[in-house]
Order: sequence, then C-alpha cells, then structure tokens
Amino acid sequence: MMSLSNHEACGLRASDPRVTPAIRKILPSGPGLAAAPGVAWLAVFMIAPCLLVFAYAFLTRGLYGGVVDELTLDNLLRVLDPLYAGIFLTSTRIAGLATLLAVLVAYPAAYAIVLSPRHWQPLLLFLAVLPFWSNYLIRTYAWIVLLNREGMVNQGLTLLGYEGEPLSLLYSEGAVVVGLVYNYLPFVILAIYATLSRLDPQLKEASRDLGASAVATFVRVTLPLSAPGVAAGAVFVFVLSIGNFITPALLGGGRFQMVGNLIYDQFLTANDWPFGAALGMALILVMMALLFLQARVTDRVSGGRVGAGNA
Amino acid sequence: MSLRHRTGTAAGAVALAALLAAPALPSSAQAADLIVSNWDGYMAPDIAERFQAETGLELEVVNHATNEEIMGKLMASGGKGLDLVFVSSPFAEVLNHQGLAAGIDHAEVPNLANLYPAATEFAYDPGNAFSVPYTWGTTGLCYRSDLVGQPVESWDILLDPPAELEGKVTMLSTDRWLMAAGLLATGHSVNATDEAAIEEAKQALIEAKKQLLAYDDTTFYSKLVSGEASLVHAWDGWCNYGIAENGDIRFVVPQEGSDLWVDTMVVMEASENKEAAHRFIDFVLDPANHAWAVENILYKVPNRVAMERLPASLVEQYPNLGMSPEELTGYQLMRDLGEAQRAYSRAVSEIKAAN
Repeated sequence: MMSLSNHEACGLRASDPRVTPAIRKILPSGPGLAAAPGVAWLAVFMIAPCLLVFAYAFLTRGLYGGVVDELTLDNLLRVLDPLYAGIFLTSTRIAGLATLLAVLVAYPAAYAIVLSPRHWQPLLLFLAVLPFWSNYLIRTYAWIVLLNREGMVNQGLTLLGYEGEPLSLLYSEGAVVVGLVYNYLPFVILAIYATLSRLDPQLKEASRDLGASAVATFVRVTLPLSAPGVAAGAVFVFVLSIGNFITPALLGGGRFQMVGNLIYDQFLTANDWPFGAALGMALILVMMALLFLQARVTDRVSGGRVGAGNA
Repeated sequence: MSLRHRTGTAAGAVALAALLAAPALPSSAQAADLIVSNWDGYMAPDIAERFQAETGLELEVVNHATNEEIMGKLMASGGKGLDLVFVSSPFAEVLNHQGLAAGIDHAEVPNLANLYPAATEFAYDPGNAFSVPYTWGTTGLCYRSDLVGQPVESWDILLDPPAELEGKVTMLSTDRWLMAAGLLATGHSVNATDEAAIEEAKQALIEAKKQLLAYDDTTFYSKLVSGEASLVHAWDGWCNYGIAENGDIRFVVPQEGSDLWVDTMVVMEASENKEAAHRFIDFVLDPANHAWAVENILYKVPNRVAMERLPASLVEQYPNLGMSPEELTGYQLMRDLGEAQRAYSRAVSEIKAAN
C-alpha cells in the first residue's frame, strides 16, 4: 500500500529519459534519501514498539508487573479462552455497528458536499471537521451531558410534555456506538468526499446518455468507483473503534468490556503485561488483515477502471 | 487510596503508552536533593517550597496515576531514580518482599510520635519498619437521604437494590473494591483467596450488574449530586466531595463491615538520599502539614495530633472524618493477595463481560 515512493507516484524516476542532468542532481538516486526520515520515524516509533509488544506476548508475567524472561505460549492461548474471545466478539459487534452507521451517515453527507457549488465545498468540509477542534474527551463528555438521566435530552422531553420516568439513554451499548460514530464520522466524510470529488463527471454523463436511470448510474457507476473511499473510511472507524477504551468506559459506564478496556486493565490493574501484549498483538493482526482487505478493494477498483471499457 | 483514580482514564492512557517502552524515570536526578512520587493533588501544591524553606533541601515531586503504574516502574528499574514513593499498603508490602524498601530509622523521624498507636501496629508492617502511613480510610455506601426511602444498613442494598433504586446505583470498578463488595455481601473476607469464595462473590456481582447504572471510580459523587444515582459504592473521602455539594448526602459503613485501606510512604532501598527522605517523612508528619490532607482532600490521617486539632465544624460537616482509630482498625485491613490477584482480575473480567 505504502510502497510507492514519492517520485514513482508522480511518474518520475531518476532513470527516466525525460529527466535532464540538472533535475537528476536534485532527485535522489534511489527512493532512499527522500524516504529516510519517514522510514526512520516508522522504524523507531512504529515497528520497534510493535516488535516489543510481540516479544512481550511470549514472555511470562512478573508477579508484580513487568516480565520474567521465560518463553511461553500461554498468553496467546489465553486470548482464545471463551471469556476473552467473547470480549473480542462484543468489540467487533460494537465497532461493526459504529462503522455501518458512520458510513450510512457519511456517504450522503459527502455526496451532498460534492454536489454543492464548488466555492461552498471548502466551507462545508471545514464544518464537517470542526468538531475535531475540541478534545476527544470533551466531545465524549458532552454526550454524557446530553444523555444522562438528568441530561439535556430528558430535560427537552420534559419540556415537550413527557411525564414518565426519565429515559436511561446513557451507559448502554447504544450510547457507546453513538459516541464512536460521532467521534469518527468526520474521517469517513473526508475519505468518501476525496474519492467522490475526483470522479470524472463525464462517466456519469456517459452513463445517462447511454440510457441508464439516475439510480442505475449511482448504483453501477458512482458507488463502485467510490468504494475505495468507503473502504478507507470504514476501516478507519472500525480500527479506531475496536481498540477504543475511553468511550466504553465513559458512555458505557464500564458495563461493556471492549478489547481496549481489557488491555488497559492488564497493564494498569492486573499487572499482566504479557497477556496485555498478547491481546494487543491479536488486535494488531486483526487491523492488519483489515488494512490488507482495504488495499485489495482499492486495487480492484483502480485496476479494473470499472466496466467502462467493455460497455 | 482512591485518589489514584482522580486523574482517571486519560492519564491512564498516557501511563499505558509509557509502560511498554523502557520505564521512564525522572532524569533530573542530579538537580534535586530528593525525588518523591505521589498521586497528583495528594499533597499541598506548595510543599516543595515549604520543605526547602524549612530544611534547605530541594524537593522534586513527580506524579503517578495508579499504584500499578509506579510499581511497574519500580520493578523495572529496581527502585532507582526515586527516593520515596507513596503507595497503598498492599504495594508497600510487595516492595518490602522484593527488597526494594529501605528500613525506616525511627530516630530520624521524631514526628512518628504523633501517630495513633493503632497506626504503628498494622499487620503488614508492625512497628513501621519500612512504611509510614499517610492517610487511611474505608469503603461504604454514599447515598442521598432525600431519595432513598429505606434504611441503608447492608451491602445487600447495593447488590440487590429495592425497586426504587434499580438503575440508580453505581459500584467501584477497581478489582479489589468491586470484589470486596461481593465478598462482604456473601460473608467472606476482603482478602479471601479460596476459589469458592471468589466464585460466590463473582456470581453475586454478575447478578447485581442487572440493576446497576454504571461502574464508576471517579465521578460517582457527582452522579449523586445531580440525582442521576441515589446510592453509590464509595470511598469515605470521596463521599465527602458529594457532601460538600449536597447536605442530604450521607456515608455509612454497612453492618457486615468493610475494608481498611492505608496509603503509605516508603523509602527506596536504592535511594542515595535516604536522610533527606526521612526528613521529608518527618516534615509530612508535622501536625500542621499532615492536617492539610484532612482539610483539603477530606481524607482521614492517622496523625493523632493533627486530627485533634481539626476544627469541630469540619467534623460536623463531614461526619466520617470523626471515625475513631478503633473503628477504622476494626475493619479488614486490605492485604496483598499474591498469586490470587490473578483470580480476582479474571473474576472482574467475567463480571464486566457478563450481560
């Protein structure tokens, strides 16, 4: 996915005959130099910590935190224990629901932005991203203010004449899903907007000229071509949601244990770093599998160029 | 002990990130004469200035968010880099077993005489050989007397609330205290390690989850103040934060009893500044300094002279500050569980994952 170096991506190599000696001087001879800062960054802050997590997953826990240098597979086998596998499934369900809702809300929003007049689009995108200007915790706490039994939603209902017991909206799975969708929605809007805005409008015109209805055009041309944006946005929400631990803690009232909470507990209360690392490793593997799938979707769409050539 | 949670989840996240990497310890070891790690907000904010004014020693205070976080660091570093740490008593016990705690030289801490005799005889450290208590307290039920129609006397009202309280109670979520509620309600010790007791407590807590509003270690008192919850499982000091905002809030220790927790000061064996660390302990035990914790964070301190000097109005407003040392030491001292901690962690995971 990330293997293209910059000048390959824009189609220029040092060996390209179009490159004059003067340009050749400023182009690095291989991808090496230009990529070096990024590679170094990734190696130190991404690959090394991941390897550390992997290594810890095979060690034995120290009774009071830390690890003992005895190799074992117990931690990894424990991840498969029905209790913990069940927590993985719950997390998958919550993250999946959040992803589905986020895409369903974000797609029409992104579509509407693309259809609006060009000079309005930057402002609309800006508004979509605006919530990001406040801190994640504050945005999540805001939902507590809205949803709690004495909160604004219940107060509003009372004003409208509702007289029953206040609704228990907070500390439920629904509240967790809403919190996740709210927090990650802007990413999805941006990702889908990015692909939709790059679609060649002539493809749609051609489809209509050839007699397809607006719906058929959307379903058979626009939607498949925007799949990479949907996939990118969806993977983003899913990956961030499944590992999230703050939202279930705050909006779920701790009543819903997600993998993130479980990992947090291993490090900060159970003193079981190796098991925490094993859970983290399992989560990383799930995420890598999803990113791989996403890359496949993107490849298929950009490689296939839709059915336009065959039509 | 509960103060560990005040910095909450966000600080925990940062701590978590820091844990996997090599343990980070304060690097400015050369600058200060003494480095102390404590929970954020657990001492007077100007303590370093006042300590320096009195002793001429430069004090650097660093913070930890949880016992587990500081233990992780100490285990990994062998206790180097910090001279004195504040930890809860079960963790002080561990530091001693691991040989990381230095002995307390009583000759260098004359203010030890200010402690209640009961605070010098804790089973985990009789005679304060390696730890000096800073604060102590217990756990119970904190409730709105205007919203709860019946007497609050037993842990049962938390685990099996009457209809009027369904969905209006919260429980602490930290392993030891969540399990303590279940263990006490089913007639076991808060330090029970046998499988049957842990299983029975776990089942009771899974059943209790159905009527629970939330697990909450940090904001339960504000839920009481807002009326979102009517009765919460609470540490005594934290219930006082609710009482400060609403005079209808009461604290009660159920008839089955409860735990006694003690937060302690431990000098590190690896410290090169043990003399300064002892002077710091003596400084903290000065009644005027020790009373700061009572007056500002509303925790009880085991310092007889400090407690006797408290204004009567404070104890009147926060009755649990008036608990006698005999009453407190009558509760079950929380001890280190050793290997059984794993069983507790697993039981809590099962409770949290149950539907």
